[in-house]
Amino acid sequence: MKVAGLSTLPPGRRATVSERLGGPLLLLAAVALAIFLLLPLGALLLGAVRDDAGAFSLARFAEFAATPGMATAVWNTLWVAVVVTAITVPLAFVYAYAIERACLPLRGLWRIVGLSALLGPSLVGAIAFIQWFGTQGVLKAWLGETSVYGPVGIVMATVYASFPHALMILVVALATADGRLYEAADALSASRWRKFVTVTLPGARYGLISAALVVFAYSVSEFGIPKVIGGNFPVLAVEIYVQVVGQHNFGRGAVVALLLLLPVLLAFAIDWWVQRRQQAGLSARAVPYRPRPDWRRDLPLLFYCLLLAMAMLGILGMAAYTSLVRFWPYNLELSLDHYIYGLAEAGVLDAWLNSLRIAGLTALFGTPFVFFTAWLLEKGQGGPTGLRPLVRALAALPMGVPGLVLGIGYILFFNAPDNPLNGLYQTLAIMVIANIVHYYTACHLTALTALKGIDREFEAVSASLKVSPFVTLWRVTLPVCLPAVLEIARYLFINAMTTVSALVFLYSPTTLPASVAILNLDEAGELGPAAAMATLIVLTSTAISLLYSFVTHLLFRRHQAWRQGQR
Amino acid sequence: MAHLEITQLTKRYGAFVALERIELAVERGEFLVLLGPSGCGKTTLLRAIAGLERQDEGRIVHAGRDISQLSPALRDYGIVFQSYALFPNLSVADNVAYGLNSRRADRRLVRKRVEEMLELVGLPGSQPKFPAQLSGGQQQRVALARALATSPDLLLLDEPLSALDAIERVRLRSEIRSLQNRLGVTTIMVTHDQEEALAMADRIVVMRGGRIQQIGGPQEIYRAPGNDFVADFIGRGNLLDATGAGPQHVRVGDLLLRCAGPTSEGHRQRFYVRPEDIRLHGTLDQGENSFYAHVLKCEFLGAYSLVTLQAPTGDGRPLVAQFSSNYLCGREIHPGATLRVGIPAEHLRPLPEAA
Ligand SMILES: Nc1ncnc2c1ncn2[C@@H]1O[C@H](COP(=O)(O)OP(=O)(O)OP(=O)(O)O)[C@@H](O)[C@H]1O
Ligand SMILES: [Mg+2]
Repeated sequence: MKVAGLSTLPPGRRATVSERLGGPLLLLAAVALAIFLLLPLGALLLGAVRDDAGAFSLARFAEFAATPGMATAVWNTLWVAVVVTAITVPLAFVYAYAIERACLPLRGLWRIVGLSALLGPSLVGAIAFIQWFGTQGVLKAWLGETSVYGPVGIVMATVYASFPHALMILVVALATADGRLYEAADALSASRWRKFVTVTLPGARYGLISAALVVFAYSVSEFGIPKVIGGNFPVLAVEIYVQVVGQHNFGRGAVVALLLLLPVLLAFAIDWWVQRRQQAGLSARAVPYRPRPDWRRDLPLLFYCLLLAMAMLGILGMAAYTSLVRFWPYNLELSLDHYIYGLAEAGVLDAWLNSLRIAGLTALFGTPFVFFTAWLLEKGQGGPTGLRPLVRALAALPMGVPGLVLGIGYILFFNAPDNPLNGLYQTLAIMVIANIVHYYTACHLTALTALKGIDREFEAVSASLKVSPFVTLWRVTLPVCLPAVLEIARYLFINAMTTVSALVFLYSPTTLPASVAILNLDEAGELGPAAAMATLIVLTSTAISLLYSFVTHLLFRRHQAWRQGQR
Repeated sequence: MAHLEITQLTKRYGAFVALERIELAVERGEFLVLLGPSGCGKTTLLRAIAGLERQDEGRIVHAGRDISQLSPALRDYGIVFQSYALFPNLSVADNVAYGLNSRRADRRLVRKRVEEMLELVGLPGSQPKFPAQLSGGQQQRVALARALATSPDLLLLDEPLSALDAIERVRLRSEIRSLQNRLGVTTIMVTHDQEEALAMADRIVVMRGGRIQQIGGPQEIYRAPGNDFVADFIGRGNLLDATGAGPQHVRVGDLLLRCAGPTSEGHRQRFYVRPEDIRLHGTLDQGENSFYAHVLKCEFLGAYSLVTLQAPTGDGRPLVAQFSSNYLCGREIHPGATLRVGIPAEHLRPLPEAA
């Protein structure tokens, strides 16, 4: 129906300026995500299907298939990932079960130790395992004739590095149990084992699937560990590095990267599909389950946690110890030589400062961008149709893109001479952007969860009161979501500090980050300084985590009056 | 022209029609209640008026201004949601002043206005508190104060009382009504509680499936429902199928009843009797329109008793009667007893043919 009288009203008066801003701003965010995520991936795809002259051809794939050893690398990557998954998930499940479903003393401590591997680059584990089991290793005898340099070391170090990722998911899955089911099982006097099989496992099955897929994807795309401890064992991730950095064969690198992208993307697509089905099953009336003390369950679990925690601290501790002894294993005298040498000559200080700069900028720019985009998406209006689903998809995609793949995409895209953004190549800015994009999904989900948790009608109320939505964002939404914002900042900082994979292709001699420096030091045989650098990173991450805990604690104290029951 | 006039308003969600050609005129200062079962489109209509939901067709004219295509911020209304949507991190004073600050009004004036509004809703002195420190009813009052602080020309309330317990609900509904009377602000309220609607409204709009069923004052809606749905939805009622038997009489099953309206021989008609309009006679009383009925069930509900009767009304449907306790004077009614009851002719209300 045609509405009479409206023609007299200029179209600009139908909405306030700030109301009309939402659509274009979201569009801008979408464009940014497209430029820094979609286009590099597109460049990767194009790079793989073009020959040297630039014409379309599948020659690179044929060439790749014909290369000796490539099939082995694919096979190795897959079976190692399967083995890692099969070890990590049960280990983490029992650990998470002990934390959430048993009455252990020092629950918080077990949790922190369980997550401690996140504080350092994945290389920490590799370095420590070399020290424990390597040619000069203290525990070399445990491995018998097998060398740690190869699949054994890769599996051990990857299990260590991926453990916290599985643990986080499983803790959440086990924390949201419905106590009523256990009461029902008790009422039926079900045995302990039956309860576990009929209630606990089904309740955690989505968490288990999710954890398995995440660990699998982690293992497939992990590059630093096989590089350091893999010896001559070929895997895809290292192959990309060799092709691109060693032989400057970008086309071949693109083909391998696509091959790497496939299983990871598939894993996350399955996970996304499974999680969507789970949401329908959650009941709002669930009563949280409270475990009762029972020594027959608690004692073995306590012992288990103790064992695993000691192993994890042993790994972290070995890296720190390596950085402090003069010359492993011949001169075990403690000294700061590696630090002094590293700081003075091996560029450790510069690399560490670079990392601080990168991590700080990643948190500083990434946090507002992620949160603001999530806000525009969730609370804003306007914009062309299809924009919102597009932004949602763009935000979910990075989870399924390994850092190495993103890195190669960045080289192919930004290093192209006819790209107007070519100036970004090898700057600090591009590393910061790569980090933000690489870790986008988890941050986006954190922001989205926080935004969904607040009243839907804040924007409607402020519109009725003639207050701009941006004012409400600033005065209400942001303060209410501050814990989530801080969490995003911490997550971005620590990941930017510890990541290797995306940055290994993007740094220049002046922007070398600490985590990549470890790799280079290791390659040069400088294990001591490498360990010193790793320890420095762990200490930095720990300091930031402590700062984060302190600030959130303070925040909740100050906002006690209105944050009741929000924690 | 009415203060708020809605013409031919249609809203679809995909193929689902949430509102179908709504026609509604609200007078200045009126308290209008939108009433209907869950999912009938009450909230959708309210949100369309607020501009929070954009209609597919139709227009809305508010105070002579066509607001159909305007964004919420360019319309002139205050709104209270079921969840109250109070800002948890702002004090009560800041919540109430939220719409005042943006106009850069003088600080002192703002403070005075907040004080005034809190006084108005019966919460003087609660400025420094946070919403989490208030009870549900108090939060509701703050939300009301916030919505009214900018002196909007129209007040929209979406189930404002549904989150409160029964006692608080009854207390607050009379408070809201008297507040509205004092301020004279045109108000549209959504509810699915018919008692609330009857108690508060100047006029009630009964809705069902995205359409308006009837518009009228509480008395009118209750006494003369426009169709079966309204009759059934508002209060309890008995439906009687009748055939005309002379100019003033109808036959209902085995009964010959006098009715108020004119009928004609053989004319089929349906009548409607409210339970409380059924009279209890002495057993031997032979009054007009009286007959014997068996008690099937008797529920004592304090102020009144609800009695299910079997009467020769033809279709076998039981008749529900409601006797107030003081009318019964302690007389007890037991299942199985036979009573003589009557339906006064003026309470035998003709019902329009089913739509
Ligand atoms: N965004 C939407 N998309 C699709 N359908 C919707 C949407 N919003 C509302 N509906 C449908 O429109 C109909 C009317 O919804 P509305 O919220 O107006 O109901 P209501 O009368 O307020 O009900 P209640 O008393 O439960 O609040 C419902 O059937 C609902 O399912
Ligand atoms: Mg509703």
